[in-house]
Order: sequence, then C-alpha cells, then structure tokens
Amino acid sequence: MRIEVTKHAIDAWTLLKDYETSRTELAGKHGASIVFLGRMRDFNESDSISEMQLEHYPGMTEKYLEGIAETVMQQWQIIDVLIVHRVGQIKLADTIVLVAVWAAHRAHAYAANQFIMEDLKSKAPFWKRETLADGQTRWVEKNTLGKVIR
Amino acid sequence: MGKSEDELDASLCDATELTTLKVWQASTGKDQLDSNILIAINMGYVDSQHVVADGDEVAFFPPVTGG
Repeated sequence: MRIEVTKHAIDAWTLLKDYETSRTELAGKHGASIVFLGRMRDFNESDSISEMQLEHYPGMTEKYLEGIAETVMQQWQIIDVLIVHRVGQIKLADTIVLVAVWAAHRAHAYAANQFIMEDLKSKAPFWKRETLADGQTRWVEKNTLGKVIR
Repeated sequence: MGKSEDELDASLCDATELTTLKVWQASTGKDQLDSNILIAINMGYVDSQHVVADGDEVAFFPPVTGG
C-alpha cells in the first residue's frame, strides 16, 4: 500500500509500471488491476478553465487517504492499493489523482476503486481554486456525484 | 474559513465543556455553524458537539473538492 500527496507532475503509466515492478508480491497473484486517473479538463459549470490551484491540509490529508486504503483492504479482497494525489499548480490535462487497486478478481477491484474515489472526493481535505479563461479565479464549491451509470 | 490560525483562551468560553461549536463562536463571533462546514480535531473529523481538550488542533473548513 502506498499513499502520496505530491507537488510534482504525475507520470501515471511510468509510476504504475515502476510500482508494479517493485511489488514482487503482485506478480502472478492478481487477476485484476483497476486504475482510475482523474485529469484536469478545460471546462467546469459551463465556463472555460485555464488552470487550477489545488490546496490540502498537510497531515490530515495523508492520514485520511491512508484510512480509506485501510478500509478497502479490510472490506474487499484486495492485494494492494496505490493512491497518488497532486497538489499545487495544475495545468490542463495534468493528472490530478491516480488510484490503482490490485485484486485476485475484478469485482473486488472495481468496487474498491470506486469506493476510494467517491470517499476521496467527498471527504479528503483538498480544495480546488480554478482560473477562468478571462483570468478570474474562484473556489470550486462542490464535486459532481460519481453515480454508477447503467 | 478566512483565518489560517487562531489562538483562543479556553477561559473566554462560558461553558463547562468546550465544544467545537463554542470554539467556532469564540473565533468567528457567529452563533451558527453552517451545515456544510466540516470540523476536525487533531486531523480527524468530529461533529459540532465534540468536546475540545487543552492543546487540541481544531480545524473548520468548507466542502472538499479533491480528485
């Protein structure tokens, strides 16, 4: 299990490859790995967005993310969890969050990954301040709900 | 919530038990705590009636928007 909050750009696929290589217990043991990448888009609430500042509560944020990871490890049959979240200045298309879950079977991996993302978005102490195309800035007041679409 | 840090003397609060709501009132001068305000003590979520101990770090913040 690894939790990281970083000011540096997240090179998601390289990071994942390196992490899997370093975790020898994953090789041959997992039948499913589910990866979620949250990326910065160029619009929000019908406005064009040029960049974003992401703030957090140092100490509590990491503690909360560790708690989520421990919860899913207990609640589902999960082999490993990786959560990496960006803070600081974010540019368009940058990866904001990476959540990866490894499990023997896909049902557990899907469920755990979605649980992490929904819990993270509604409770982990991060705040977004976005810059609009005209240069004005505003705090994002709420996240969209991630309900399952069938 | 407009302040990065505040230091309060517990004796300023007229209560036998100092709750997070009392801390909010003493720090902001506002009677009510908006329902969407989140509260943490020592980096763990609590409610407005949670009792604060000497030396606790109490935080009030707006809805979170990570991910």
